[in-house]
Amino acid sequence: MTQKPTRSIFTADLVRPALRQSFTKLYPGLLIRNPVMFTTAVVALLASVLLLATIARQGDVLFEIQIAFWLWLTVLFGNFAEALAEGRGKAQAEALRSTKAELRGKRLKGSGHQDVAASELRKGDVVLVEMGDLIPADGEVIEGVASVNEAAITGESAPVIREAGGDRSAVTAGTRVISDWAKVRVTVEPGAGFLDRMIALVEGANRAKTPNEIALTVLLTGLTLIFLVAVGTLPAFVAYTGGSIAVPVLVALFVALIPTTISALLSAIGIAGMDRLIRFNVLAKSGRAVEAAGDIDTLLLDKTGTITLGDRQASQFLTLSGIQEGELVEAAWLSSLGDETPEGRSIVALAGRNEDAPENTEVVGFTAQTRVSGLNIGERKVRKGAVDAVLNLREFDPAAVREMKAITDRIARVGGTPLAVTDGTRLLGAIYLKDIVKSGIKERFAELRQMGIRTVMITGDNPLTAAAIAAEAGVDDFLAEATPEDKLRLIRKEQAAGKLVAMCGDGTNDAPALAQSDVGVAMNTGTQAAREAGNMVDLDNNPTKLIEVVGIGKQLLMTRGALTTFSISNDVAKYFAILPAIFVALYPGLDALNVMGLSTPESAILSALIFNAIIIPLLVPLALRGVTYRPQTAARQLIRNLSIYGLGGLIAPFVGIKLIDFAVSGLGLA
Amino acid sequence: MDHLFVILFIVGGTALLSVPLGSYMKWAMDPAPNQADRWTRLFQTISGASEDQDWKRYLVTLLVFNIIMFTLTFAILALQQWLPLNPDARPALDPTLVFNTAASFTTNTNLQHYSGEVSMSYLSQLAGLMWLQFVSAATGIAALTALARGIAGRSGLANFMVDVQRASFLVLLPVAAIVSLLMVLAGMPMTLQGSAMATTLEGATQTIARGPVAAFLAIKQLGTNGGGFFGPNATHPLENPSFWTNALAMIAILLIPMACVWMFGRIVRRIRHAALIFAVMTVFILAKITGSVFFESAPTPAFVELPVSDETGNLEGKELRLGATTGPLWAVLTTATSNGSVGAMHDSLNPLTGLMPLAGMWLNATFGGVGVGMINMFIYIVLAVFVAGMMVGRTPEYLGHKIEAKEVRFAILALFAHAVLILGGTALFAATPLGQATVQDFGAHGFSEILYEFSSAAANNGSGFEGLGDGSGPWNIATGIAMLLGRYLPIILPFAIVGSLVAKRRAAETAGTLGVEDATFGTMLGLTVLIFGALTFLPAAALGPIAEHFSIP
Repeated sequence: MTQKPTRSIFTADLVRPALRQSFTKLYPGLLIRNPVMFTTAVVALLASVLLLATIARQGDVLFEIQIAFWLWLTVLFGNFAEALAEGRGKAQAEALRSTKAELRGKRLKGSGHQDVAASELRKGDVVLVEMGDLIPADGEVIEGVASVNEAAITGESAPVIREAGGDRSAVTAGTRVISDWAKVRVTVEPGAGFLDRMIALVEGANRAKTPNEIALTVLLTGLTLIFLVAVGTLPAFVAYTGGSIAVPVLVALFVALIPTTISALLSAIGIAGMDRLIRFNVLAKSGRAVEAAGDIDTLLLDKTGTITLGDRQASQFLTLSGIQEGELVEAAWLSSLGDETPEGRSIVALAGRNEDAPENTEVVGFTAQTRVSGLNIGERKVRKGAVDAVLNLREFDPAAVREMKAITDRIARVGGTPLAVTDGTRLLGAIYLKDIVKSGIKERFAELRQMGIRTVMITGDNPLTAAAIAAEAGVDDFLAEATPEDKLRLIRKEQAAGKLVAMCGDGTNDAPALAQSDVGVAMNTGTQAAREAGNMVDLDNNPTKLIEVVGIGKQLLMTRGALTTFSISNDVAKYFAILPAIFVALYPGLDALNVMGLSTPESAILSALIFNAIIIPLLVPLALRGVTYRPQTAARQLIRNLSIYGLGGLIAPFVGIKLIDFAVSGLGLA
Repeated sequence: MDHLFVILFIVGGTALLSVPLGSYMKWAMDPAPNQADRWTRLFQTISGASEDQDWKRYLVTLLVFNIIMFTLTFAILALQQWLPLNPDARPALDPTLVFNTAASFTTNTNLQHYSGEVSMSYLSQLAGLMWLQFVSAATGIAALTALARGIAGRSGLANFMVDVQRASFLVLLPVAAIVSLLMVLAGMPMTLQGSAMATTLEGATQTIARGPVAAFLAIKQLGTNGGGFFGPNATHPLENPSFWTNALAMIAILLIPMACVWMFGRIVRRIRHAALIFAVMTVFILAKITGSVFFESAPTPAFVELPVSDETGNLEGKELRLGATTGPLWAVLTTATSNGSVGAMHDSLNPLTGLMPLAGMWLNATFGGVGVGMINMFIYIVLAVFVAGMMVGRTPEYLGHKIEAKEVRFAILALFAHAVLILGGTALFAATPLGQATVQDFGAHGFSEILYEFSSAAANNGSGFEGLGDGSGPWNIATGIAMLLGRYLPIILPFAIVGSLVAKRRAAETAGTLGVEDATFGTMLGLTVLIFGALTFLPAAALGPIAEHFSIP
């Protein structure tokens, strides 16, 4: 995955505030959002009260102090993980917030304008922005053209043009006008703008839980209840034999068994997933959208820019019968000398003539009306252009026209675009412009297919051309001569078959399809309508990113699943550490269950509890970076994760607890 | 070698028989549009109900039907002394025993806090108890059928009243008829005359209780009921006369629970998925059989000091005429399937052997009760799919249905209920004189007796560890409640899950979807059963059978 370099996770500027927040997050109102950690805190409190009682009785406190200490540490580690995940977005949020605070706008009123704070601008107000101004609110340019630097939002300093009408009319609050002026109609109420959303996102504060996160929380809470029954009934069981279990020991067993590891890391995983997306310059409007990205079955990809390079390249000259190839090459070369487009330059390159341009020439530029371009050399008129446009220039020899049409068809069938070339009255032949499929894209599609994702290429080309390119690029299907309505229909059809669809788009006419799709990535350069309709915005305007977005969504869920499996598997070892320790006084024979050979019952209980606590910070890097993600089938994915996190989760605590037991007994702590 | 052959013959043979029976059950329970029309129309006419029910109406009908069954049985048992078919003039029963027994037979548990031949009139045995052995089992099959229809994506679950008749008349009755016939041929009594009188060699007069044993027996085994005609259940010579009735009984215990898995697979049209579930269940049951046969091969600790050969294994509490292997084998089969009939004294099993039947009841899904075993497994499947689904990077889906908070909540609640009923009940009785005063043995073994009784009630198994004075009022009431909750919660909650599933848009399955047909998922499912199901009970196991085992010198 082409991610930006990951910052180190444990840097001082991130760790210090996170440490502080580990304590402020102990506030019950915040803690209750995570029922398992809340339960742990309640249990820690109980253990502390009991400790005080023991101190008052002047009993032996060494063991109880340690139990209480590690219980609190478990809670704090969980808070720390969350704070650290949030911290990574905080700095960015601060910068954005200070930008927002200084925003002022010139609201147009009658013939003049008044200077107001951005927070006073309402939807529908019109503001004037001039060179040097920061745009005060999200809106639509309704008059004028301005060049805008959007670095504050995208990190990309190359200026972009924003003008009224068309697909380049949206402006974003916080970006700077660097030349000219424009009148902008505000399209959002204060506090609901792009900048506000971005601040909220990068901070991760008041993050709404996603559906999958809620379901997992339910599972973990349910498990906690089950273990409450399993541990809560023990005193009664032991009472039957006339024994008893000390409460600190019981709470240690309880906390060791409940799924604290995954619960502590749960929100950190979610925040980190969003953060990965943000650092990838994609803004998701909700965590739900990120999860949906992992579920995508069908990807609709625009041909140009995603599957093929934006520019076509000349690859062959095809002469009509009776024409010398040299003649055609020369005419093609001449007609492209004044053509500075990448296509024109590729024709000059293909002609391969290292001569200077002839004297006394006049360049005839391409216009949308004529759709031809060329060169006048004195009276000689050399032209090239779209075949129908060239054929409309004048009457040509009917035989030559027929042959030209045959060549045109042939080129279209292999996915190319033909340009006709004429020299005066004579039709010479055609230039075969080829769509260049991006290198490596075919392999990407093969990976996607393995993951069960179908790719559909969307193109305005005719079906013949589209089919040829689709075959070359290795997409599963294509939609040729696509109109926005066709796209919408395709999305609905896929969804009716139970599939989740992702697409990207930028124009206003893409908005309905973006809104209908399950994951709609709007280009940041697109219209406000498109940006509102999609549930993600790509700040780099790179449609290929859709593929990575799917990967990030999958990685997020996989990390959650892997750590859940790990956390639950750990219980086996914890049982084997604590159960013999608790019961050995009652039934000495049960020491046989002490398979790890832990030194003393107290040490066994402490070691399990310590392992349970320190595994949290040890897994923070994994939670924040995500588990390794490779595009492969679900079956292979499951084998991989189950063997690493399932088997690992069974074995790791046996080793870990044994090592901690060495340390604890070696230091004489128990 | 003998052990191996007996086990292979019984488990393997039943597995083979279950495949065609599963196909037949699909035909009988969920016929395709023009199959079995005659029967469907007949049943619709009898019950006067033909409309397609959604999950709520189906469930309500099921529950109302069960309440009626409970009430009727309660009445018959409470009034047996005044009702006909009481040739031996059995007296009135204790009210708590009536409650317990009515709950026991309505819930397909057949926990018996009485000895049938001593306490029950023939009417009670036949009209009250045997009838319930059919319809309570039929309720389970109907519930599974409806659940499978929902999972197959149908919003109408058909009609409970029709389904329960299909299960009774097309599945249980014909199979039971065949089994009874074979049982009679093998020498089992089948009569409506009163007890036989015999004069012994010493000149004393002996009363030999008998009755319609073969009919009672066939359905007791097939319907995972387990309630014996005689108190000692299948260890009684007239309830289990020979090796062949013994083998046949064990086959009958496993047959329909196994076939239910195939029926489920055929209704949801995923036979490979069903095969995987079958395989996972088989692994569990074989592990338990291996464990119990192995642990039982050591002599009972009491004999260690005595000059007795230790090559025969533990013979205490076994019917020697049936061989020593079948005791532990029967113990595993009867608890794995929530059957509850016994072929040996579970109280006399070696401690770790006794752990195997306990584990069977804690999981309650390794084939499990008729219909409900597969439903219990569905709970584990939901949880396994949820965790494994995340690990493949998608919102978890089961056969195209998204598993979200609601489904997880109901699934985990079902496991929670099971744990509360068993552990909570045991805690209450173990810590108080309620239980302490009724155990025969002190220490870990006595604890196992209490634990076993609650496990048996909550899992709707019905077997007893025995050695427990469980006929008292508190025991009758507590286990009665455990049986009722243990029966209906695991039906209501899965129905709610399926109700939620059918309301959602079904997702297409692709290569990116979690596969539920391969060995990896089988492993995941097995782990889920172990960790979510078994681990909860490990502390209790440690204080019961495991402590007892390690306390033996």
